[in-house]
Amino acid sequence: MKRTRVFFCALAALALSGCNLVVMNPSGDVAQQQAELIIYSTVLMLIIILPVMALTVFFAWRYRESNKEASYEPDWDHSISLEIVVWSVPLAIIICLAGLTWVATHRLNPYDPLRRISAEQPVDPTVEPLIVQVVAMDWKWLFLYPEQGIATVNQAAAIVDRPIEFQLTSDTVMNSFYVPALAGQIYAMAGMQTELNAVINQQGTYEGFSANYNGFGFNDMRFDFLGVDAAGFDAWVEGIKASDASLDRDAYMALQPPSVVIAESEFSRIADNMWDRIVNMCVDPNDLCRDDMMMVDALGGGGVAGLIYRDLFRGICSVDDPGALLAIIRPELQTLVEELNTQASLASDPGGQLQDIEPL
Amino acid sequence: MADTTGYGYRLVTEVDPIFGKLTLQAFPFYDPIIFGTFIVVVIVGVGVLAALTYFRLWGYLWKEWLTSVDHKKIGIMYMILGLVMLVRGFADAVLMRLHQAMAASGGTGYLDSHHYDQIFTAHGTIMIFFVAMPFVTGFMNYVMPLQIGARDVAFPFLNNLSFWLTTSGAVLVMISLFVGEFAATGWLAYPPLSNGEFSPGVGVDYYLWSLNIAGIGTTLSGINLIVTLVKMRAPGMTWMKLPVFCWTSLCANVLIVASFPVLSATYALLTADRYFGTQFFNAELGGNPMMYVNLIWIWGHPEVYILILPIFGIYSEIVPTFTSKRLFGYTSMVYATCVIMVLSYIVWLHHFFTMGAGANVNSFFGITTMIISIPTGAKIFNWLFTMYKGRIRFEEPMMWTVAFMLTFVVGGMTGVLLAVPPADYVLHNSLFLVAHFHNVIIGGVVFGVFAGIVYWWPKAFGFRLAPFWGKVSFWCWVTGFWLAFMPLYVLGLMGVTRRLSQFEDTAYSIYFVIALIGALFVAAGIVAFLIQMAVSILNREKLRDTTGDIWDGRTLEWSTSSPPPAYNFAFSPRVHELDAWHHMKACGYRPPEDDFVPIHMPKNTSSGIVIAGILTAFGFAMVWNIWWLAGLTFVASLLYSISHTFNYNRDYYIPSDEVRDTERARLGLPKTPMPEPAE
Amino acid sequence: MHTQAPIAFYEREDPHHGDDHQHETGTMLGFWIYLMSDCLIFGVLFAVYAVIGQNYAAGPAPRDLFEIELILISTFALLFSSITYGIAVIQMQARRQLATEIWLVITGLFGLAFLALELKEFSHLWHVGATPMASGFLSAFWTLVGTHGLHVTAGCIWLFVLLAQIQMHGLTPENVRRVMCLSLFWHFLDLIWIGVFSFVYLTGVLL
Repeated sequence: MKRTRVFFCALAALALSGCNLVVMNPSGDVAQQQAELIIYSTVLMLIIILPVMALTVFFAWRYRESNKEASYEPDWDHSISLEIVVWSVPLAIIICLAGLTWVATHRLNPYDPLRRISAEQPVDPTVEPLIVQVVAMDWKWLFLYPEQGIATVNQAAAIVDRPIEFQLTSDTVMNSFYVPALAGQIYAMAGMQTELNAVINQQGTYEGFSANYNGFGFNDMRFDFLGVDAAGFDAWVEGIKASDASLDRDAYMALQPPSVVIAESEFSRIADNMWDRIVNMCVDPNDLCRDDMMMVDALGGGGVAGLIYRDLFRGICSVDDPGALLAIIRPELQTLVEELNTQASLASDPGGQLQDIEPL
Repeated sequence: MADTTGYGYRLVTEVDPIFGKLTLQAFPFYDPIIFGTFIVVVIVGVGVLAALTYFRLWGYLWKEWLTSVDHKKIGIMYMILGLVMLVRGFADAVLMRLHQAMAASGGTGYLDSHHYDQIFTAHGTIMIFFVAMPFVTGFMNYVMPLQIGARDVAFPFLNNLSFWLTTSGAVLVMISLFVGEFAATGWLAYPPLSNGEFSPGVGVDYYLWSLNIAGIGTTLSGINLIVTLVKMRAPGMTWMKLPVFCWTSLCANVLIVASFPVLSATYALLTADRYFGTQFFNAELGGNPMMYVNLIWIWGHPEVYILILPIFGIYSEIVPTFTSKRLFGYTSMVYATCVIMVLSYIVWLHHFFTMGAGANVNSFFGITTMIISIPTGAKIFNWLFTMYKGRIRFEEPMMWTVAFMLTFVVGGMTGVLLAVPPADYVLHNSLFLVAHFHNVIIGGVVFGVFAGIVYWWPKAFGFRLAPFWGKVSFWCWVTGFWLAFMPLYVLGLMGVTRRLSQFEDTAYSIYFVIALIGALFVAAGIVAFLIQMAVSILNREKLRDTTGDIWDGRTLEWSTSSPPPAYNFAFSPRVHELDAWHHMKACGYRPPEDDFVPIHMPKNTSSGIVIAGILTAFGFAMVWNIWWLAGLTFVASLLYSISHTFNYNRDYYIPSDEVRDTERARLGLPKTPMPEPAE
Repeated sequence: MHTQAPIAFYEREDPHHGDDHQHETGTMLGFWIYLMSDCLIFGVLFAVYAVIGQNYAAGPAPRDLFEIELILISTFALLFSSITYGIAVIQMQARRQLATEIWLVITGLFGLAFLALELKEFSHLWHVGATPMASGFLSAFWTLVGTHGLHVTAGCIWLFVLLAQIQMHGLTPENVRRVMCLSLFWHFLDLIWIGVFSFVYLTGVLL
């Protein structure tokens, strides 16, 4: 019992001194608000936890068998007023906490654009968020900067006080993108895109990693997240532009095999539509893109022929050629196809259209 | 050998017609730790078998225990299973703690990822399915029928079968230690990580088959105990006179029946994905891995309450007994239990707030989670006010209970904290979370299990446990728990994720070392408990209790002898009040001495152990793709089950003379002229 | 006697002794609870079908595959089998063993007919390549319908085993109880099938 209190003091002391509790002392405003929420909730709950612990110790001591002074009422088992207290005090606290939760969850919804840069600074509506597209791979992180046209492996950078919009997906199993100093984590899942809005308020190098266990190379799924000023960011981008590599289908597929230790790779160019292909799991030209597949399914599927001639669909990507797919699976929707597709001849010659797909 | 560029080990993929995927490589002789363990297990195993043979105990063991349908013996066997697996699961924990302490202190530790990942998966799986569940089921089996004044459970054979199916799952997990590998996916085996592409080895197959077999056993046991509670209560025991432990058992069993089928179905789908290549959880061809996460937690959250509710019941029995006072707020205790039971179904999403559901969905599940803390809080208050104006005897069960109350509230608090979605974003998957659920499971379930063992041990064996070593065990456990898990809370706030085996930052070192010391304290606690049992068994004559009511108990199990006779009660008790036995004592009850009648009892049967044995072989064959054996054992289990139904001769009568002799011997009355009192 | 306490604390008469009714209701309750747990398994499979049942992976959709006439025939086979089972139970309650057995055999034959039609459908699907591996929809479909089929298979095996037992021991209380349990099981499967038929087949073909 005494130990409990010692530990609590130790815990509180650590939190106050803030030696290296990154979760409680982050450098990004979103994580900062989350840390504050932890403190508010804890304090709110301690209102009831501490008295309960104290009462437990007190009753245990006071009503010990050897203490004949204490009153003893073996048949006392009911008290309406106490019952009311017993149910209503936790209820009251939970109502407060529920209110806090509702408000905080909506305010800190990772999908919503930021509402403020920091406690003092509102968001400048003219500044567009920096878009960073993140791919979790086995076992490394690939970052795409569409605005800058660059891509990196296992290093990311952002400008201090400029909102960042992370778009997340996975090339492999479920991962969780987490930079404790920046903001809470969000899962990255294959074939799906999740989102996280955040901002970094201080310059520095921060640790980022996958927080969700993802297999053999889990320990090495780490990256450096740099918070830099605008000039520093430009310099960083320039440095990457200096490399000659391009993130195209081949480069991406070279990254795909599982690996635990990988040099920080840099790409000065990104091939067209790479992000769409990654999210839709069709970087390999032999794969049908998920969004196309979903479109086919929404139209009622590809029919039994879709099984036998599944090869027909390979490599058709509506990003490149909107309508080619429709022409195959729903030739009766010819008019629609024609609106979308200038190559009407494809519809009558499904076998021939494979050659028309230009590899990226 | 470890393949650092691939997904761990790649075991043989060609399927031999006779041995399936099983080759000599599956036996990890090259691994000193596993091989050493294997040698020890073999030596101990041979020793045990030799001792059984030497003392000619095989027949006794078979007739009196393995084929027994007596709920008391099955309950005890569940407890033994839980204890054995606790040692295994805890050995895993010490391995991890030692490794992490080494890895965080500048080294690399002594385990590679591949082993470390299997260990934490096995630890979680074993502790939940084969430690906590058997303990809880064991208590419900042993105590509940006695508390309601019944002679056995509703379906005694089914009870035996359930036990052996659970054991069958445990055996498969243990086999995986020495033959092949266990899953390296985390204890819930989320796909895609657990599918054939990312986990090509047999580890996940072991996981799936053992839990599928054990899960069937658990479901059957749940059905059995519900029917027992509904149909077999003693005359006069209306619902609101039911002991709280029985209420919590009822709710836990309802949860079992309403959630384990979901688990079985989910595992079956994952099994289909792995064995047939179906697409349930593969995103490429129209499956959905998020569906697995949802389904598994629809089972997973009620599971937490399946574990904790009966343990709450145990505390609710212990507190009134050792305060010599009626339980405060019985009615609200019952309602709180039922409310928790219902609410536990609408909170599952809080295990993955970070999956990206919208703010409305996340806050809904966060708030429902918090609401559960209201009835739970009410329960804590009820125990608190039971102590108020009581006369508290600090016997060991009561010490565990007070330790529970002080520990559990901290775990409850961090649990509610984790239910706040934005806070969960930073704490999810961290060691803070690990600390939280150990805080509630050790501080709640494990403390309660020990409290319950000490409390009901005299009932089960007729002598009490020696208190000294029990108190040593208690203090080691409590100290060990706080030392082992408080540092993990801090580490979580330092942004350390769970399931890591390598650390670059040596700043974590001190916390991991403290946690290791805590784990060693817990180890000492377990050893002290084993010593306590050994010492008590050796000194059993000194510790003998002849009254059958050593603690001045309040419920019906204390009204019969310790240990109770096979038929539990010579006559079915009639209940008039809550705390029936307390009431009986207060009214000057005298046990019957004559006019006994023959008692109708079920016969023992070997069907349970045989069917479970065949199914173990079936599971093993499926794991290793030994198709002929799988087919053979499947058909065999089917035929054996059918042949069991052709046996109509399943019961017998204990003659009234035997009952009379047993009862009179217990009361210390002179034997009647009839010879041969029952043992 | 010795117990002069004002209230009786135990029953001189064993309340469960020789009381088959007690045991029977216990078994029926237990079987009901089992059915509810089984229902949950089907619930999961229905839910899975609802989630991924429209994910054809650019492959066939229900209307490309289902032969609704055939399904209708098998549905009627199963519905009739429920009726014939009901008649068997009525015969049993009238203690007419032979009639009970005959009606049970008829029920079993309907069940087998249902299974044969289902196998026919599955083999057709397999041959056109619509295997459970082909798409999320097909995985969910095969598993849902197949699980029901496995239950019917189990029901048929049980039914014929039970027939042998009735033949051997007559309509003893145990056998009557078993007939009643199988009756619950059989009607339950019928109910599930109505769900499958309307939720999978009808909506699949009509929508």
